[in-house]
This record gives sequence, structure tokens and C-alpha cells, in this order.
Amino acid sequence: MPDGGIGAPTKRREDTRFLTGRGKYTDDFTPQNTSYCAFARSQVANGKINSVDMSAAAEMPGVLATFTGEDFVEVGGNPAGWAIVSRDGEPMKEPKRPVLAHGKVRHVGDAYAAVVAETLEQALDAVEAIEADIEELDAVIDMASAVAGSGSLVHDEIETNTCFDWGWIEDNRAATDEAIKAAPHVTTLELVNNRLVPNALEPRASIGEYDPGTGDYKLTTTSQNPHLSRLLIAAFVLGIPENKLTVLAPDVGGGFGSKIYHYSEEALVLAAAKKLGRPVKWTATRTESFLADAHGRDHVTKIELATEKDGTFIAFRTETMANVGAYLSNFATVTPTFLHGTLMAGNYTVPNVYVNVKAVFTNTAPVDAYRGAGRPEATYSLERVIDKCARELGMDPVEIRRKNFIKKDQYPYASAAGLEYDSGDYDALMDGLEKTADLAGFEARRAESAKNGKLRGLGINAYIEACGIAPSNLVGILGARVGLYDAATVRVNPTGNISVMVGAHSHGQGHETAFPQIVADMLGVDALSVDIVHGDTSKIPFGMGTYGSRSLAVCGSAVFRATEKIIVKATAIAAHMLEDKPENIEFNDGVFSIKGTNKNVGFGDVALKAYIPHDYPIEELEPGLEETAFYDPANFTYPSGAYASEVEVDPETGKVTICSMVALDDFGVVVNPMIVTGQVQGGLAQGIGQALLENSVYDKNGQLLSGSLMDYAMPRADDLPNLVVDHSHATRCTHNPIGSKGCGEAGAIGSPPTIVNAVVDALVRGGHDVDHIDMPVSPSRVWAAMNK
Amino acid sequence: MYDFDLVIPTSVDEASTAMKADGAQALGGGQTLLPTMKQRLAAPETLVKLSGLSELVGVNAASGTLSIGGATTHGQVADEASAYPALAALAGNIGDPAVRNRGTIGGSIANNDPAACYPAGVLGSGATVVTNTREISADDYFVDLFETALEEGEIVTGVNFPIPDAANYQKFDQPASRFALVGVFVAKFGDTVRVAVTGASNGGVFRWSEAEAALNANFSADALEGLAVDAGDLISDLHGSAEYRAHLVGVLTRRAVQACS
Ligand SMILES: Cc1cc2nc3c(=O)[nH]c(=O)nc-3n(C[C@H](O)[C@H](O)[C@H](O)COP(=O)(O)OP(=O)(O)OC[C@H]3O[C@@H](n4cnc5c(N)ncnc54)[C@H](O)[C@@H]3O)c2cc1C
Repeated sequence: MPDGGIGAPTKRREDTRFLTGRGKYTDDFTPQNTSYCAFARSQVANGKINSVDMSAAAEMPGVLATFTGEDFVEVGGNPAGWAIVSRDGEPMKEPKRPVLAHGKVRHVGDAYAAVVAETLEQALDAVEAIEADIEELDAVIDMASAVAGSGSLVHDEIETNTCFDWGWIEDNRAATDEAIKAAPHVTTLELVNNRLVPNALEPRASIGEYDPGTGDYKLTTTSQNPHLSRLLIAAFVLGIPENKLTVLAPDVGGGFGSKIYHYSEEALVLAAAKKLGRPVKWTATRTESFLADAHGRDHVTKIELATEKDGTFIAFRTETMANVGAYLSNFATVTPTFLHGTLMAGNYTVPNVYVNVKAVFTNTAPVDAYRGAGRPEATYSLERVIDKCARELGMDPVEIRRKNFIKKDQYPYASAAGLEYDSGDYDALMDGLEKTADLAGFEARRAESAKNGKLRGLGINAYIEACGIAPSNLVGILGARVGLYDAATVRVNPTGNISVMVGAHSHGQGHETAFPQIVADMLGVDALSVDIVHGDTSKIPFGMGTYGSRSLAVCGSAVFRATEKIIVKATAIAAHMLEDKPENIEFNDGVFSIKGTNKNVGFGDVALKAYIPHDYPIEELEPGLEETAFYDPANFTYPSGAYASEVEVDPETGKVTICSMVALDDFGVVVNPMIVTGQVQGGLAQGIGQALLENSVYDKNGQLLSGSLMDYAMPRADDLPNLVVDHSHATRCTHNPIGSKGCGEAGAIGSPPTIVNAVVDALVRGGHDVDHIDMPVSPSRVWAAMNK
Repeated sequence: MYDFDLVIPTSVDEASTAMKADGAQALGGGQTLLPTMKQRLAAPETLVKLSGLSELVGVNAASGTLSIGGATTHGQVADEASAYPALAALAGNIGDPAVRNRGTIGGSIANNDPAACYPAGVLGSGATVVTNTREISADDYFVDLFETALEEGEIVTGVNFPIPDAANYQKFDQPASRFALVGVFVAKFGDTVRVAVTGASNGGVFRWSEAEAALNANFSADALEGLAVDAGDLISDLHGSAEYRAHLVGVLTRRAVQACS
């Protein structure tokens, strides 16, 4: 292996530009003659639009164009990417999501008009001059009453607030009910998976451009998924042909899911650019991010775990209400269903699993996938109810999990929730955790904390997730409206250096460093001679973007396959140069040689020959050295882990301090361990944020109470303990060529239950009768639980 | 942000004159005012820049009094108010370094945010607020939420703190803003104790007189046993109920007293 191949902890090359202020984000681009767009957004959660009078706004200085919902009645809506079928066989309800609200506004922040002006301040002034008559209606906020259907409707035309009522696996429902009825012990837990605002450091921004000379459109936008935006804009929203639309996603300052989706602002700046023949730019304020980015999580769940007296699991039954907000964001319907329900067997050999999910429209911002997307919700429910069960049965939380773990000789393992896990070794992870987290030493540390007047608790849990999204034929059967392969082109340039066009977009994941490591490893070249190109639909074959911890497992595999094709062709060229047959040529460390001889030719010479084919078998081989591969995975990948955390609770104030956080993960083959450690650390920070701090709260009128960073608590460095991250307990993914499983979300999936388990443990050991506290376990909630 | 004029005076006199103009407003460190203007929630026509005005900047201790200029930053107080360590510590724990490098004591007490720290320090110390026209005792200065005794155009030029025998400020952070969810400032001058509470009340900073009486008689945490503020007047919001805040007032007052002895 050359330096910098697979497994090398190479420093991230992209950090040079990020850390020196040379990153170029969407808002850093200002094409000549740029005009500026501002939106009028609803102040009320539910309102009937009686009229929107733009005449005064249009007269304001500098105003170039104005838009209302009326202007987009003829064009399509932003569609849902996944069709869910309800238990009764009915398709889900799919109300139109227009570019600008028309007829009704449906959440605070819902855009109903837009102004384009010479300057941003002029656009903002003109927005203030809009005369809108919007009649406030009762808001639908609480999911239980939304489903009960006693009050208002979010969408009148669908006559219900329930988007779908889904059962997984419906055929297992009766057996699961029976098993629970007959079980010697049943533990029940009701919990809330708190709603989160993604809060990427870079707010969303979009620039629309139109060239009247060629009819070409260009959208520069903050996207994790530029091809998806192009596809949706082309096929559903504006009908711009894909060959006339380039979508660019330059450096993107974090997404966490919120930038997977196509948003209306993107369509608007394109339509405005066409109308004006000038570039049109919009950059969200932080307030707009809070009000109009897709939020995450927001489940209200009841979970039951039925067991034998000895703790053997018999059944999990889950009932969840999942908030989808006012409109269906692109992956809002798959996140609480197939990304959640299919994981509800966890790491366990439980025979019966049934999950019911009702997706609920409310007058709140749309809710969609957010780091982990359904799997954190699954893991949290499972690992909380297991902890409660262990306590009820008087069992040790490690012991009850080990008793039910799938054993390493049971793979491939068909879980009761419908997935086939290909590999894993949960006992090895737990063994490692016991050592690394020194679980045996907990009592001594607890006694020490007690001396200082603090209640100490220990939380442990296991997790499994499904990444590497996803096998297209399977997800197609399940309702996906897109394929979930990825693509890469490996272009060997004449002088031997290499450009790799990849469909995955990098916005913090370090692809610019990690993907070249794969190519370098396979071709025996220096990783620094390989660069990737991403985020430009005009340069990349195709791509389904970055989310669901899929980039390496799916797009990385496409890179791998394309590189294999390069080796095949280069071998044929080398054979010609060495005057032998390709089957007699072997390729090692960048050198082609005739087997058993020292006759050889280097990779660089072969590349040059491909482009200067003076002496070339032109009947058999095309010039050039460039190959494309589309890779569609055979299965999901299944990262897993075992986490432990210790916390101290101040019994006087309820404040929780995290003393330790240990994360052991099985990610399969690790291409760059340094990047993977960073990904886990970031995930842990977000998981800790969800567990202790973050909460998106609407009042009953649909006003977002936590609508700024003054009230929405993001984790800061001093909220975090020293994070111990270990990914040495790896089992290879069996079905992709790299053997990798995916690491981007693990930390945010594994850590919330760890922390809540630890807090409950601390309180119980401190003599309090507490079996659950909803996240965020803020000081006031912990104090209330201790003093109920 | 709407357009505005910026006046940069070279003396307090010039500043006072500039403040007489219609729609004029003082600009301290801008840590509160500028974000409000950026959100178009405030639209002053003229800003009169006080920060950096040398007459208004400085920390001086003499004959039992610590005087701080009205445009002195929190950072400078944290560094230089060693004569009054509890106040230096209070200033050093406001916001983050960027906020402390810009935010000023005058701006903080003119704004009188119900969750701000300085109001507790000023009221708890029984300090005197000095303006371009008069002196106002702390007990008369803080009127209500975001409301003070300052008249239109009046400028806080300084605050004079009598230095106590012992003092301590206990701040319990609101998790998001890290302002005080509740903050308690305790100061002991001979046999007289003052206890000021911020973050808790719908009426802004207040003195907890029952606690003061108990501590006057016996300056120990035990003296507070059984005392509680009435939750009825306290703030309830997504970060804590009124009952929780009332409880915290008791806990933090005890901790402050303990830290004094
Ligand atoms: C992220 C963040 C965290 C913060 N955390 C805390 C905290 O933990 N505790 C805390 O107490 N505060 C906190 N603050 C507030 C901070 O202390 C501000 O500096 C302070 O509230 C305002 O001071 P300023 O000098 O910036 O005033 P400005 O923002 O300039 O002005 C505020 C108001 O006071 C008026 N004004 C300013 N100076 C004078 C003067 N000399 N005379 C009369 N009127 C004047 C202005 O006209 C305006 O109305 C925080 C602020 C931020 C942004």
C-alpha cells in the first residue's frame, strides 16, 4: 500500500482552505449584475390569504419584480420522494407544496410573497410595504388533537390531518399482540423524541441565473444533493429540462439533513432570474433558518417490551405519532417509517416486532431527516425501554442486552423487523466497552461523587443502524420514487494524475481526502495526485447526494468499481506496450509487469500512451483512460456500537454534567480513521445536544418559542466531556467492495439514550422514584422529576 | 438594518448635545442594540457612540469606592476591578470573550434586561449610578423590566460601587443564552447585608428583603432555612417554571453566603 491509501489517518486536505478562510460558499458568489431577493413570511401559523397586494411594494425604490402564490399556480409543487401506503391500503395524503403559499399560509415562516430588488435593503423595505390581508385561523399544533380531528385542518382538501397510518410489518401485528398478551412481563414506556432545529453554521442560500442567449439556467445553492434538486426542479416544479439546468453546490457549511431537500426558494430565484435576465440571490437569515428549514425528529411514542422472567425478549410493540409539519418535505415520509420501523428489532434476537406510525400534519415547519433520520428515534425508544425493563426485572443493563444480542455466528441474520443484517459482533463491542469505560470502577467513582454531594449515574446501551442507502430494487418496492445508487467517473489525465467526479457531496465529511485514498490504494499512486470533483451537475455523471451515512459505502463503491475498470483497460494498454497478452500482466503498486519477469511499465507511462496513441491497437482499444461506474448496493450496511456515559446530577439544581462518554463503533473497514473519529465526535456533540439542551418548542398558536439561539440551546465545547472514540472492533461489510458501513450519524444515534439512561440511573441510585425524563434533560426537568 | 447616522463625539458634553436630537440613541458596545437593529426591530435615526470615549472608560478604586466609567467593557472590569473581586468575577462571566470585549456596563444597566448580571451587582452593592445630569441610587434606578429611571437622552457616565467586606455572585445559566436563569448577588457591609436577585422576576432585578433581614441577624447559610421567595411574581418560560426559579433563588443565595465566609 502506498502512503495515504486505505486506512491512513491522513489530514484533511480541504481544511487548508476552510481554516484559512478560503472556502467559497454560495453567498460568497456575486455574479455581475446580481439582484437580491427577500421573502414575506407568515406571522401566523394558520391563516386564510384574503389578498396580497403588491402594488405599493412594486413602487418602492429599486424593486425589479414581485411574486405571490398566484404566479406559481400553473407550475408544479415540491413532491414527496417516498410513497407510503396506510394499513388499510390507502395511499398517503399528498397535498401540494407550492413555490409560494396560495390560498392559505400553514406555518409561521411560510413564504407567501417575494420581492427582487437592486439591493437587499431595498428588497427588505419593499417586503414591509406588502399589504397582505391574512385572516388568522386556529392552529393545529398538538399531534394528538390533530389526529383526533376535532379542530382545524392544515390542508382542507385532504379532510384529515393524518398523512398516513402505517403498520410494519402489518402481517406480524396479530402475533405481536398475542405474544405481549401472553408474556410474563411487559414494560411500557411513553416518551417524546424532541423536535430539533438543524442549525447548520451556514444558513441556506441560493443564486438563480439565466442566460437568454442559450436558454441555460444555473442554480448555485446550499445543497447536500445537487442532482436531486435538479431532478425535482426539472420534473416536478418548474419543468426546466435537465440539460438546460446546472445545479452547483459549492462549499456547504454543514447540512445534517436539512440541505438534502429541494426548497421553494431555489425555484423562486430561478423563476425570477428568467423573468429579469439577471442573477437573483437569496441568503437566509438565522431567523429564516429557524422558521423555514426542515426540522428533525418530533415523535411521540409508546413502546412496550415483553419478556420472559429471565429477561429474554419476546416482543417489541411501538406506536408513534410523527410530526411532518405543514408540508411534506422530500423525505418526510420515509424517515419515520422505513428508516425507523425497520430498526425496531435493534441488536436483538427478538421474534416479534410491530410498529405503527401515524404521520401528522401540523401548522409547524416541515419535519424531515436530521442526522440519523429515524434511526436515533428507533434506538432511543428501544434502549430506553430495555433499561426500564432491566430495572423492573432487577437485571444488570449489560446483562439483559447480552442475553438477547444476535451472536456473531448468526449472520446473515434476518431481523424480526424485516432487514437482513450482514455482519456484526455486538458482544465484542460490549466486551470492549466494559474495558474502555471501566464499568467495574463505576462504584468507586460514584462514591467519590457522593462525597461531593453529587448523584452519579452510569448509562450504557447498544445500537444498530441501517446505512449505505440503499438497494434501489428493494426501496422501489417499499415506495421510493428515486433510485438510491451513486456514480463516479475516474478520469486519468495524460500526465497520470487523476480527477474523480463523484455524486456524493462533501460538506464536512472529508470526501476530498478520503475518496482519493481509495483510488491511490488501488492504483498505487500518491493520494495527492488524485482530486475529486463534486457538487456540479454539469461535471458529474450523476449522484444521489450525501445523507444516511451513504457516501463511502455507495459512492465510494462506485469509485472503487470505476477504478477497477481503469485497471482493466490500463492492463490492456500495458499488455500492448509489453507485447504480451493482458492475462499475462499483473498490476502491483502502480507497476504493470509480465508475470514471472522483470519486464514492466509504470502506470504513468500507460496513462500517457492512452492519450498519445501513436503506437496503439486502435482496432481493439479506444484512446483515453476514463471510466464511469454506477453502484447500486445489494443491501443496507449495518454499523453498530456500544456506548457508555457517566453523569453527575446536582441534587439541588438538577443540573446534569457529563463526566465521560465512550463510543465503540463497528464501521467495517475504515478508510481514514482520523476523519472517522471526527465524524463520531461531531455526532456525539449533536446527540448530547439533543439529550441535554436542544428543543424546538411551538406554543399553542404555532409561534416558535425557541426561535433564536437565545432560546434554542446548541451544545458548546464546555457542554462536552472528553470523548473517547474507538472503532477498532470492526466486522467487514460483506456486500460492498470496500467493506465499509458508514459512520456519519452513529454518534447522534448512539448517545441520546446513553445519557438519559445515565441520568435516570443517577436519580434512582439517589433514592428518587423516577423511571423516565423526556429530552432535553434540562436542569428544570430533572429538578421537577426529583420533586414531583 | 435601516439606515442611520452615526455621531462620534469627543467628549461627554458633545455626546449630551447629540443625544438631544430627535430619534437619537446611545450606542455602547452594541451587543444588544445592533442585533435588534439588524432584525429591524429598532430604528434609531442617530446613534451616538459612547464606547471608546476616554472620559467614560476606566476602573478606579479609592477610599472604599470602586468607580467604573459608563463605557467600560465587561472585559476591562473583569481584568481591573481587583479591589472588588465579586464584581470582577461577575463581569468576567458575562457572555463570551467577544461580548465582553464590546459590551459595556452603561449599556447593560441602561438596557436592564431582566436576566442580565450587572443589575444584580449594582443593586446588590447599593451602588450609585452617575449620569450626565445627576446621581441615582440603585434602589431608585431599576424600575421594571427593561425600564430604568433614565430620562430620554440621559447617559450613564459611570457607576460608583461601595466596596463591601464580602460579596459573591452566583449565576445559574439559562442553557441557551447563558444569561442568568437566576442570579443572586450577596454583599455584606458591616452588619448590613444586601441580596439582589436577577433572572427570576417579571419585574426585573429585585432585593430579597426577607433574606436580607435573616442575614443581618445571622450571616450564615443556616439563617436562610425555611425562607423562600414567592413564586407568584416569578418568570415561567421554556427554561424553567416559576417554582423552579423560586427554588434556585434559595439555593443560589445559600451558595453565595457560603462563598462569602
Ligand atoms: C451572546 C451574548 C451573551 C450575553 N450574555 C450576557 C450575560 O451572561 N449576562 C449579561 O448581563 N449580559 C449578557 N449579554 C448582554 C451584554 O452584557 C451587553 O453588552 C449589554 O446588555 C449591553 O451593553 P452594550 O454596551 O453592548 O449596549 P448597547 O447594545 O450598545 O446598548 C444597549 C442599550 O443601552 C443604551 N445605552 C448604551 N450605553 C448607554 C449609556 N452609557 N447610557 C445610556 N444608555 C446607554 C443603548 O441606547 C441601548 O438602548 C450578552 C450579550 C450577547 C450578545
